[in-house]
Amino acid sequence: MKKAQKFKEKLIGKIILACGVLSIAVVVLIFAYLLRDAFLLFGSYSPIDFLTGRNWYPISDPPVFGILPLVLGSLLVTAVAIVIAIPMGIGTAVYIAEVAPVWLKEILKPLMEIVAAIPSVVLAFIGLTLLAPYLQDLLHLNTGLTALTGGIMLAFMALPTIVSIAEDAINAVPRSYREGSLAMGATRWQTTRRVVVPAAMSGISASVMLGIGRAIGETMVVLMVTGNAAVMPTSVDSVLKPVRTLTGTIAQEMGETVFQSPHYFALFAVGLVLFVITFAVNLVADLILHRFREGE
Amino acid sequence: MALLTAIAVAPVIAIIVFLFIKGAPAITPEFLTAMPKNGMKAGGIFPAIVGTFYLVLGTIVFAVPVGTLAAVYLTEYATQGRLTRLIRLAIANMAGVPSVVYGLFGLGLFVLLLQFGTSLLSGSLTLGLLVLPVVITAAEEALLAVPQSFRQASLALGATRWQTIRRVVLPNAIPGIITGTVLAVGRAAGETAAIMFTVAAFFLPNLPDSPFSQAMALPYHLYTISTQVPGMPDEIKWGTALVLLLLVLMFTLTAAVVRARFRRKRRW
Amino acid sequence: MVITTELQKKAQLQGVNFYYGGFKALEDINLDIEPNQVTALIGPSGCGKSTVLRLLNRMHEVIGKTRVEGRVMLDGQDIYASDIDVVELRSRVGEIFQKPNPFPKSIYDNVAYGPRIQGRKSRDELDGIVERALKQAALWKEVKNKLKQSALELSGGQQQRLCIARTLAVEPEVILMDEPCSALDPVATQQIEDTMDRLKESYTIIIVTHNMQQAARVSQYTGFMLITETGEPGRLVEYGPTGKIFTMPDRKETENYITGRFG
Repeated sequence: MKKAQKFKEKLIGKIILACGVLSIAVVVLIFAYLLRDAFLLFGSYSPIDFLTGRNWYPISDPPVFGILPLVLGSLLVTAVAIVIAIPMGIGTAVYIAEVAPVWLKEILKPLMEIVAAIPSVVLAFIGLTLLAPYLQDLLHLNTGLTALTGGIMLAFMALPTIVSIAEDAINAVPRSYREGSLAMGATRWQTTRRVVVPAAMSGISASVMLGIGRAIGETMVVLMVTGNAAVMPTSVDSVLKPVRTLTGTIAQEMGETVFQSPHYFALFAVGLVLFVITFAVNLVADLILHRFREGE
Repeated sequence: MALLTAIAVAPVIAIIVFLFIKGAPAITPEFLTAMPKNGMKAGGIFPAIVGTFYLVLGTIVFAVPVGTLAAVYLTEYATQGRLTRLIRLAIANMAGVPSVVYGLFGLGLFVLLLQFGTSLLSGSLTLGLLVLPVVITAAEEALLAVPQSFRQASLALGATRWQTIRRVVLPNAIPGIITGTVLAVGRAAGETAAIMFTVAAFFLPNLPDSPFSQAMALPYHLYTISTQVPGMPDEIKWGTALVLLLLVLMFTLTAAVVRARFRRKRRW
Repeated sequence: MVITTELQKKAQLQGVNFYYGGFKALEDINLDIEPNQVTALIGPSGCGKSTVLRLLNRMHEVIGKTRVEGRVMLDGQDIYASDIDVVELRSRVGEIFQKPNPFPKSIYDNVAYGPRIQGRKSRDELDGIVERALKQAALWKEVKNKLKQSALELSGGQQQRLCIARTLAVEPEVILMDEPCSALDPVATQQIEDTMDRLKESYTIIIVTHNMQQAARVSQYTGFMLITETGEPGRLVEYGPTGKIFTMPDRKETENYITGRFG
């Protein structure tokens, strides 16, 4: 091989390695960037007050950056979404994998892909114009923009994630398990409930984790339909009141902050909290999935 | 199970049907090709379509070469070990990072630190990072589907590793890479939170004329007209929502068709 | 050491041990390959025949973690020395695989692949190379009018001869064949064997086969390999002129295998 060609081969190898490592670099860089700006806030604002403060008054004087209401708002909306999405998602996954006739499968699977593809701003728009007024009338609320409304719309965003990963997990259950159960005289439904679903449990839990990650990180839906009131959700009926989430706060306020003001850094600190939460959720899902693949 | 499926599926179908019924009347040639008029309450959405088009183009330019080469690294160059495991973990987590965090990062790094300003360039770079995991995952799958025997035949003929990849492996992985690209494009075209602070403008009288211009974009336009502009005619909102949905579904459908044709035509 | 006697051998293995990860797959292999002859390696499956073959073009390095001890020489030169360019080595030592593996390209592009990667681009030159290689592989008459067609449309036997042509186009000195006929019918096998007989005029051929009749038909030298039991490394039990190996082997194990009393 000529010298020039050898050099070219080496150079290309290096470029390709760089592209591979870039994905780690991006994650590290995002984290480092958020961390740096968050720390610039913590120079002048106690991180404990930040994490446990019950009030978020970013433009009062002096500003108050307590993210507890935002964290609870995010958790509340996500909880609503997950409570709706889990039965629907797992039910749909079981139905597609175990029950549905082939022709229906051929419709349902692409339909789920379509749902996954719907831009969140379009879903948010639907929530804003159709669901919110409807719920307001139905439940006699002051406003239709509530945690419940946001949670319902988020459930549709988490649904395709849960369905596709849970379905993969169910399909991965070996046939011999099913045959063994059926051969002992169990009905198809008993087999599904007592053998197939438990065997696919780790994959199903991973799907739920990823659904949670998707819901917590979603921005447009919560920004447009949860009402964005930064108040502490204190009781169960908070579900029917406006809340404000971590993502919604960033989206709402970033456009109006002064570059490198405490408010600006506070929003990066919110971003950091969000990054850490979603990172942890995805890591757990990844670990579950990894174990479940190796266990096959 | 069937009931749960029905509860999950029925609203989705209802949403899509509703969008068509309410949005379709608004979509006229003028709506698609005219500038907004009268404080956006009349006229068309042409600049938003153009802006989204440029953004998508920029995203492809950044994400596809890098994403494909990263996949080449993972499948063809790396010895499978701790580094590849770490990279795969990073990719999985990149996919999970909320888009608004990408928006923050893009604002901090591209707009402010690197001084690209609120611009198509900053927005494309941000979206490029956002869709990178989609591109890498699809490309990796496509590369792994190329039989090992092709690589062996090429290497045994005295081809270098890169010659083997460029002349044998990549050509056979192209359809899969295209599928991933189209999916990524669909994702980028519908994304709002990541472009809010990096590129999007509320209203611009002119079309963008350089990578450093601000631009309007369809998803952000839908957000602003449905929340920030009082007295907006319903028809325009539904029309914009439908155009955005159709655009994104078009990409999804294209990806599905490419994938299906590729699977059918493949003979090895 | 007298280099000239070594130079008469095309390739040599001297005291070679070979490991896949921690597993010792070959032990103390000593083998001299004569130039312009067909050498056959026979033995039961899993005895390491194919591994010996791959040592000569270092294709085992593509698969994963491996280690070689001892010396493997081509024309008296150690091919595992640090200054050896493995890419150039593989253009000198071609390989035909067990399953025909043409690229999903046209017949022409398959044969022109090797010359092209070596940087030969002129159309006239490539046309000449392709025609010559296809003629040498006895495929020219069948395909000369459809060079632009996909190679995947050929029959299995034609595909294997195409792979031979593809290797010949690189003008190697040695051709390794790893059970090249195992996926082919008797007629196609016959054609490949006839081709090999003509090719040995200009090339050194080493073939791995589990088919003893084939080894007896095509080769001038034969090596018999064996593992005593699974988990043990493969050894070269006996090596010599094919006639001798098949009629009066020195070793009992060889005789048992040849006469079918094996196992």
